[in-house]
Amino acid sequence: MTIQENIQKNNALDVDSWLGQQTNKSLLRFLTCGSVDDGKSTLIGRLLYDSQLILDDQLAALQKESHNRTTGDEGIDFSLLVDGLTAEREQGITIDVAYRFFTTNKRKFIVADTPGHEQYTRNMATGASNADVAIVLIDARKGLLTQTRRHSFILSLIGVKHVVVVVNKIDLVDYDKETFDRIDAEYREFAGQLGFKSLVTIPISALKGDNIVHKSEAMDWYRGPQLVPYLEEIDVTEDKTDKPFRFPVQWVNRASLDFRGFSGTVAGGSIKPGDEVLVAASRKPAKISRIVTMDGDLDEAIAGQAVTLVLDREIDISRGDVLSAPGTVPEYSNQFQAKLVWMNEERAMSGRSYLIKVGTQLVPATITNIKYKTNVNNLEQSATKCLDLNEVGTVTIATDKPIAFDPYAENGATGGFILIDRLSNATLAAGTVEFGLRRAQNLTYQDFDVNRKTRSEMKGQTPKIVWFTGLSGSGKSTVANLLEKRIAAEGKHTYILDGDNVRHGLNKDLGFTDEDRVENIRRIAEVAKLMADAGLIVLVSFISPFKNERKLAREVAGDIEFIEAYVNTPLEVCAERDPKGLYARAKKGEIKNFTGIDSPFEAPENADITLNAAERDPADLANELYDLMFEGHQYRAL
Amino acid sequence: MSATQNSLSHLQALEAESIEIFREVASSFERPVMMYSIGKDSSVLLHLARKAFYPSKIPFPLLHVDTTWKFKEMISFRDRMAEQYGFDLLVHTNQEGKEQNINPFDHGSARYTDIMKTVALRQALNAGQYDAAIGGARRDEEKSRAKERIFSHRNAQHAWDPKNQRPELWRVFNTRLAPGESMRVFPLSNWTELDIWTYIYSEGIEIPPLYLSKKRPVVERSGTLIMVDDERLPLNEGEVPREEMVRFRTLGCYPLTGAIRSEAATLPEIIMEMNASTTSEREGRLIDSDQAGSMEKKKQEGYF
Repeated sequence: MTIQENIQKNNALDVDSWLGQQTNKSLLRFLTCGSVDDGKSTLIGRLLYDSQLILDDQLAALQKESHNRTTGDEGIDFSLLVDGLTAEREQGITIDVAYRFFTTNKRKFIVADTPGHEQYTRNMATGASNADVAIVLIDARKGLLTQTRRHSFILSLIGVKHVVVVVNKIDLVDYDKETFDRIDAEYREFAGQLGFKSLVTIPISALKGDNIVHKSEAMDWYRGPQLVPYLEEIDVTEDKTDKPFRFPVQWVNRASLDFRGFSGTVAGGSIKPGDEVLVAASRKPAKISRIVTMDGDLDEAIAGQAVTLVLDREIDISRGDVLSAPGTVPEYSNQFQAKLVWMNEERAMSGRSYLIKVGTQLVPATITNIKYKTNVNNLEQSATKCLDLNEVGTVTIATDKPIAFDPYAENGATGGFILIDRLSNATLAAGTVEFGLRRAQNLTYQDFDVNRKTRSEMKGQTPKIVWFTGLSGSGKSTVANLLEKRIAAEGKHTYILDGDNVRHGLNKDLGFTDEDRVENIRRIAEVAKLMADAGLIVLVSFISPFKNERKLAREVAGDIEFIEAYVNTPLEVCAERDPKGLYARAKKGEIKNFTGIDSPFEAPENADITLNAAERDPADLANELYDLMFEGHQYRAL
Repeated sequence: MSATQNSLSHLQALEAESIEIFREVASSFERPVMMYSIGKDSSVLLHLARKAFYPSKIPFPLLHVDTTWKFKEMISFRDRMAEQYGFDLLVHTNQEGKEQNINPFDHGSARYTDIMKTVALRQALNAGQYDAAIGGARRDEEKSRAKERIFSHRNAQHAWDPKNQRPELWRVFNTRLAPGESMRVFPLSNWTELDIWTYIYSEGIEIPPLYLSKKRPVVERSGTLIMVDDERLPLNEGEVPREEMVRFRTLGCYPLTGAIRSEAATLPEIIMEMNASTTSEREGRLIDSDQAGSMEKKKQEGYF
């Protein structure tokens, strides 16, 4: 009986006790996934319809819209209930995850209806990331498909522990037991490697309603549970309060001169006034003096509660810090191994700088090594240098400064992270920490008495890095050479790092793929920094085609003066000049991945200085650049 | 709400999730603002914001876009709340629209809503250079809302690109923006209408009296009961306002908000009546029914 029926029949029902019952119901979040056309939206429509949650005006709108479509016995295309975007209704597909809500006498449900197309896998992962249970749909006529396996693999990766496989459209195979048994066996064999805590398989027809709420009369042979009763009963409580205490500080609450509290959500375990905590980064201890909420101070806060903690002493804590139980602190390191689901058309590359967000910590990070990717069909691992959209890989990550984390399997809230593109701000990947690599703790920066300042003073100069970027043949090396001659003539110490020369030595192991270009620039940025640290004025002459790596180079330089000089010579002019005959060969296809021909050049938008080397004399440009560097002029376009 | 066992009830879980979202906004953006539309969802939003930052005051202003056609009782409620809780209240009206006397009768509901709500909102957001605007929308309200992220990205023109939303994993929100872009944030995304009402009841949250039934002057137009809130409502020939026991399920501009006949004069009675209801909440709003996909279209243009 639904709540509506219950209420209608018991008008005299005591409001308070009914509300009490409402307030205390548990919440189950589940998602539906599986391949396109397996009937996910139809199943959710059916769940809402059978729970009598489709209201008169919605039903009227639905019948109107169903008019031109294939429908079930009720004359309704249930999928129209959930496909919310115009493009989705037009194309009859689901693009993005839709959230639906229904309630029974026993539970409240939040359903994430996720798209089946491979192209929208990231949206499926979005739906899975907050779900306790997954319903994996399989079309009885088709059996396991690539997307069934892909989604199941992503479920295990995101950490969904409970899976209900529904073999849908069983009516279209005449309620055949053997078909069901075969799919059941095949799925169990695949899922054996995925580490789910519970797994049931149910034969259903979403369109006709078999085994949704009531036992289907067409399948005497089936003895298992029906879908809705199973979802009402399934126990997903994973005792989060049993885990070590974790509290990522989200916001520092300075209500007055006398009040300084730390606001956040308990991410694991529980805490009481008097308990001792440790700041993960600084290892400074303190005791909890109050747990503050607007409803009054609490005697205890447990995992999932949003509270404000007040400590018994003044210690330096800010957003991003993690308070933890003293005996069981999280890992604190700048290197770890993780799994990634790549979610962007821009492929993952080792060496490139991204932003990582773990809990409330946001820092720059680099994928240092892509160890392998996993084939979603057979779970086999294969070596790779990059990850493309929707690929799943195992990588090592280095962060610019140490962060606190736990393995994802131990705590999802402190072990799950996202990678963000530093230019477009797109969310590129979902990641789960496997384990920390303890290198950071063994490796500290050594402070020496003779430092950059000493070395610079000895040379009587301020170290600088001038980074020339531009197409092959644009005139980078010509200008750099003239500039170096001029600086050296003044008795200053310089060095030119030239793309071609470095590739003969330090970088001779690198080719010209995008991944290798990224690593090429990363190494040069580090070398340039070391040289500037030695007190030199460094001129870097590298095509450096990607914005991301030029940004990285600037960051690596830190507080060293960094001048990005864009040698802006049009491609036609460079190809015409073709001093090394490379453009001619690239056009014939003899050289692959040639910048400007079949590999992109991302022109700088905010270079410190732009050199118009097609029209100006290189000597004039070098002189003017010199004046700008040493006469304190504002940089501008030359 | 304090936990009694070692797990949270669904309302406690929803409350904690919303508080976390509020704090993330305060920590991650330079100039956040909270949309305050005075209705029941705004009342819950206000209550949660107070909880999120207690004992501090809400660290951002609340913005009300006043179309000049709101119920009188809404405005007095708004001003009383601002005084009671000491939040920073900003009120914006599209002055050009006001000077041209843009109204739902002469210009039609679509054009009026565009000028006095959507354009007005854009004006206010641009003028304040807000990089995050918190709203009270829920995913159970409407089909395109069911698809929207909690942190929903807007380009520099305030437009939403529904086909290319950022993935939103766990509660790790990507709050990064390019200059000129902004974020719409919906802390009530996972709440249902019933959750809102039960929360209002259990927390004792004050709501505008228009939600409770009493005798009010109304006229009936093509099946919709419109309250005669002031003398600006043009009466058709022979149309005489009648006093009827009515209440509102949703509050907006009075000429565009249909009342329902009801005897429910207390909160428990409303909740019981709502449970027995067979129509959805937005049915009383006249602007959604223009065409299929109309909300998605409005949102792409910047509507909340």
